[in-house]
This record gives sequence, C-alpha cells and structure tokens, in this order.
Amino acid sequence: MLLFIFLPIISVVTQSLFIDHEQVFTEVESCDFFGCKKTTIIDTAATEQLRDEQPLGRFIGLQNYFNRSHLASSEIALAWSSAESFGEFYDNVYNLPLYRAIIFTLVYTFTVTPLLIIIGFFIAIGVNTINRAIRGFVIFFSLLPMIVTPLVGSLILFWMIDSRGIIGNTLQRLFEDPDLSLKASTPLTWATLIVYGVWHAAPFAFVIFYAGLQTLPQDTLESAMIDGASRWERIRYVVIPHLMPLVTFVALIQLMDNFRVFEPIVGFNASAHATSLSSIIFSDLSGESRLLSSAATTSVLTIIGVVILLSPVLVRTWRDWGKKY
Amino acid sequence: MNRILKSALIATGLMSQSIAAYAACGIESGNVNILGNEFPAIQTVGAAAAACAGDGVEIKTNLTKEHKDIQVPSLTSNPAEYTAAIVANSSIVPLMNDDLIRPLDDLIAKHGGNFKDNQKISIGGKVMAIGFMANAQHLVYRKDILEQAGVEEPKSYEEVLAAAKIIKDKGLMQYPFGAAYAAGWGLAQEFNNMFLGHGGEFFKDGTAMPNINNETGVATLNVMKALTEYMNPDFLTLNNNEINAEWKAGNVAMMQMWGSRAGPLLSDEGTAPGVSENTVLAGALLVGGGSIPATTLWWDGWTISKNISDEDAEATYLALINGIDPKIMNDEVATQAVWMIDGYEPTPASAGVFATMASGAKPYPMIPYASLLHTALGNELPDFFAGNESAEKTLEDVEAAYETAAKEKGFL
Repeated sequence: MLLFIFLPIISVVTQSLFIDHEQVFTEVESCDFFGCKKTTIIDTAATEQLRDEQPLGRFIGLQNYFNRSHLASSEIALAWSSAESFGEFYDNVYNLPLYRAIIFTLVYTFTVTPLLIIIGFFIAIGVNTINRAIRGFVIFFSLLPMIVTPLVGSLILFWMIDSRGIIGNTLQRLFEDPDLSLKASTPLTWATLIVYGVWHAAPFAFVIFYAGLQTLPQDTLESAMIDGASRWERIRYVVIPHLMPLVTFVALIQLMDNFRVFEPIVGFNASAHATSLSSIIFSDLSGESRLLSSAATTSVLTIIGVVILLSPVLVRTWRDWGKKY
Repeated sequence: MNRILKSALIATGLMSQSIAAYAACGIESGNVNILGNEFPAIQTVGAAAAACAGDGVEIKTNLTKEHKDIQVPSLTSNPAEYTAAIVANSSIVPLMNDDLIRPLDDLIAKHGGNFKDNQKISIGGKVMAIGFMANAQHLVYRKDILEQAGVEEPKSYEEVLAAAKIIKDKGLMQYPFGAAYAAGWGLAQEFNNMFLGHGGEFFKDGTAMPNINNETGVATLNVMKALTEYMNPDFLTLNNNEINAEWKAGNVAMMQMWGSRAGPLLSDEGTAPGVSENTVLAGALLVGGGSIPATTLWWDGWTISKNISDEDAEATYLALINGIDPKIMNDEVATQAVWMIDGYEPTPASAGVFATMASGAKPYPMIPYASLLHTALGNELPDFFAGNESAEKTLEDVEAAYETAAKEKGFL
C-alpha cells in the first residue's frame, strides 16, 4: 500500500507544486548542411547552477492548478462575465483543455457504464437459457471483445468505419450521403467511441452476471412460477434483486475503468474531436518537451475526480458491509 | 563430415568475421547502444554500426518511432541508457536544452573519420552532431491526371487549389489533394510550413513570445482550410502512412509528402496500376505570392551522450563513423534518402528534396521553445478545421496554450 499507492501520489502532488527554473539564454552561431545562422540556445552551465540550488524547481504553490491548462480560474471568470447566454458560456468553457476533457470523460463514463450493464445482463440471461451443448462456444465468442487488446480492437474498428471501410461505406449507402464520415464530425466520433466502449466492456458484465445466475435460488423461482409469474416478472422480482450486489460491483469497476478512457482515443486517432483526462496527461508527457508539472497537476485532479465519482458507490458498499457485521 | 568438425568450422568462420569487423572499426572495448527513429535510411546506418560488434564490444540499437519520447529521460540517467541518439534538427534541441550530449571535437581530432566537412553540425563553435541525410516535405503529383485536367505542374498552393477544382469538377477524382493533416504533430508541421511560406516569424524578435496571432497566421489557416475542401473528409485522422496508402490506391492527384518516403511511391509494389509510373516528385510549393517555399529543411544525424564513460564514447563514435562510411552506399541504400555521404549519386527518389533545397527553403527552427509552440499548435488547430471556431480565436488559443507551457518550462 505505502510503496505502490501512497508514495506515487505524494510524488505527483509534490511535482504539481513546482515548475522548471527560469532558463538562461545565450545567442550562438550554429552551422549545418544548410548554412550558418544565429540561434538562441539555453546556457546550460547557468541553468545547472540554478538547478543545484533548488533541485525541485521553482515553488509556485497552487498556481499550476488554476492556470489555463487546468482549472483556468481567470478564463472561467471572464467567460462567465462576458457570456450573454448559457450556450456561449458553455462554448467558452468547452474551449479550455481540461474542461473539454472532463466533459467527454463524464459523458463517456455515464453512457457506457449503464449501457454495458444492461447489455451484459441481457447477454447473460440469453446465454443462460441456451442448450448446454453449445453454451461453451457462445460464452467464448461473447468474451472475444474483452480478450482483444483495446488498442488492436479500436484499430480494427477504425479501419472498418473509414469512409472506404466496410461499415463506413455501408452507412454512406444506407443514408445516401457520399460525404458522410464517422471520423469527421464530433458527435459521430463520440458515438463511435461510446459504441466501442460498450462493445469492449459488455463481456465483463456478462461474465459476472452469468456467474451470479448460476447461484439463483431455484426454490424461489419455482414458487414464483407456481404463483403464475411470467418470465419478465420472474426476472424483475427474483433475478434482478438477486444480482443487485453484482451490479454494484460491476458499476464500481466500470466507473473506474471508463473514467480513465484512453486507448480508443489513440486507436481512433480521435484527439481532434475527443480528449479524456488520461489522453491529455499522455499528450503532456509525450513529444519532445515534456510538461511534467502540468501532467502531475492533471493527475492529481483526476485522482480527486475518481474519489468524487466513486463516493456514492463506496458509501453504499460500506453500508452493506456494515449491515452484516 | 562429423558434427564436431562442422561446429569447429562454423566457430572459426564466426571468429574470423568478428575479427575482421573488429579490425575494420578499430574499437578495442566498450558498449554501444544507439537510439533512433525508425525508417529505412536509419536502419541502414544502425545495421552498419552494429557490424562493428565483436570481442568485448557489444553494440545494440533501438530504432523506434517513440524515440522522441524516450530520448530525454534515458539520456538523463547517469550512466545514460543509450550511448548515442540519432536525431533530427528538431529532436536535438531537447537534448541540448538539458545538456545531455557531448561535443565531438576531441573524438574527431583523435579518430577522424570518412565524412565531409559540411556533415559536421556545430552549435556555438562546437561540433555536436554528424549529419548523414537531408529531408524535406515537397509536392508529389500524378502527371496523367494533371494532363487530363489540362493543367501544368503547380508551383504554388494557389495553383494547386485551381488544379484541384478542375480535377474535382471534371469528375476525375473526388478528393484530389492529400497531406498529413492528422491532429497533432503533422497538422502543426503543415501550419509551420505554410506560415514560413507566408514569410512569418514564429517568435517576437529574440524573445520566447509567440508571434502567430496576426494577419500572417490567419492567411496561413485560410489557405489550409481551402485545401481541406479537396481532401478526404477524414483528414484530421490521416497521417503520412494513410495518405501514402491513398496515393498508392490511386485516390489522390497531388500531395505534400516527405522526401524520405518518396522511394516506395516510385515502386510498383502494392500500387494500383498506372500510379507509380505517373508519379512525379516536384519541389516545394510557394504560397501567398511569397518567395520562400512553404516547407522546412531537415537533417538527420547522430549525437553522443554526455553521461557515459570516455571508453564507451570512443566505441560509439567509431561504430557510428562506420555506420555512415561511404562504403555503405549501394543501389538500394541510395534510394532510401538524400544522403550527405560521399559517393552518393542522386536517384529519382531524391528529386523532390534537391529541388526544395535549391529553391531557398528554410531549415526547421532550432530554438529551445519551438517544440512547445509545435505542440500547442497540434492541440489547438483541430478546433478550427472541425469548424468550431474562427481563425483568430484559434490562434489566440494557441498562443495562450503555448504561454502556459512556456511559463512552466521557464522560457517566459
């Protein structure tokens, strides 16, 4: 616990409170294949000295949290005071990188999680009623989307929804619109990512619910049948209450999973239309100049987000647990 | 022949090979580990350097597309994970910023090497890298389609737009233009090209303050937007690989492409009939009535890490000198790049880069904060192309995002 959870969080929080030293520039002549010219470079000796004096960098307190890349307090205040309608305010907020990422992440989390629970439940009910001889096969095939590596799965779908791919082209014919492109519009990209998310995670819910169905109390079911309950009523009043603790469990795991949505955005090259908290951390950390403090700040905000998101489920689990003892 | 005799023969064969290599490179001891980008020319250099491996000399290479992400952390550790990094004029800058590579003057004085003077890349009077190839983005076009449309080879983006309109109106192709406009590095690079073509300067004189939110920036975005009308509507997700695939499928008539990727376009392999023989590599395009081509010049070269022992640095130097020796040149290698190495004869695949170099294009700026602006452009420009906001607003966002990042890095 201490080594793997507590220390990394401390290190991320510390990093988010500091920024790099002021760089000392000098001008020198640089020559290459294409000729010589004056260029600005960093005086590394002078910077080194600054770094030795303060190895962590410049302490700036919580400024990282309130700059434009994160909570953007001054931009939000300006947007609030200048906007004439709520729509305009929303547009201004959506234009800020962190809020844009939060909006997509929340929309994704709160559409994918319920959908995958519902679909997973119906797959489980369906599989539970088919003949035992072929059940093994069906279970295996239903699990495939979860077994495929997320990045590979999203790449496969990326090519299929291309305007020259099988799904993309079929949609164009279906809607008789040769310019229809799932990748070119923001709402359609979001829809694609959400469909992918459900496709990828539904098997997880299915497996859990299927396991739960094996422990269904047969007595209760039979007495319900004798009382004349229809199939739907048996599901509604016997099966669903029996599986409720598992629904909580799946919701908990999937909320956490979906909140850190990342692979499909990379796989679908979707960063033009959708960014998530994880993808903006990744983009800060990659490339030639890494923005460590910015990435650390976003990470801390993500951790806070996870805690807020999970608190209702955690409280519920805590109460259930407390009841029994 | 019995088994023992066979294995003895094989062992002798292997030993004599390694002795030959050892003698050829002159490395006595040390470890060499080379990090670099992954494309055929760099693989050739890496393989030639690795041929120096032998008695007590271990040579490893890690050639990967992710080299830019791992070079700074892996060279910061002491001793460094890699003894050498193969860089371009953009990726050498972060290594210089953090003082992670060593001057090569003492090694050149001691060991020399079979390279030309203009391959030395010097910064502040010290040789920091040895270049081996040049690269640039330039126009590639289909001569048959342009003939059918009745237009000459375009020299400027305005002519490309006119030609694209004719090709589309005549129904020859649906999306006649292609370029790597995928959100991120590629889109930002196209902005850089077009901005330089309009005569722009990225930063206010001698400072790290951005200078793109102005008429030049708006004009740049407007030309790019006009071009996207003639591009596959998925353009914000299409990188060089996908654009090249579109080209090979015969779906594109004109495109902006890297010289280092031109070789495969001229070969029949995996290409629709009639495409490769009609593919012409031309120079870079002008834009907005300017005289500077809308492109940037690039070199690729190798550097040696600072945080390693002198023994390893010498071994690395000798291995890499062998990697760029004129003797690596043959007919296949010659098509992989525009080599700066002696004995290189230009091939048809190099025509575009040479035309671009002759036309007065500018090199990609080697400025400590250029990559931050590049990243900010890559993150903020897609909004404009997705039609969510005006050019002025987008450029304002780019400057704001850049300034936030530059403050964090201590540049502002």
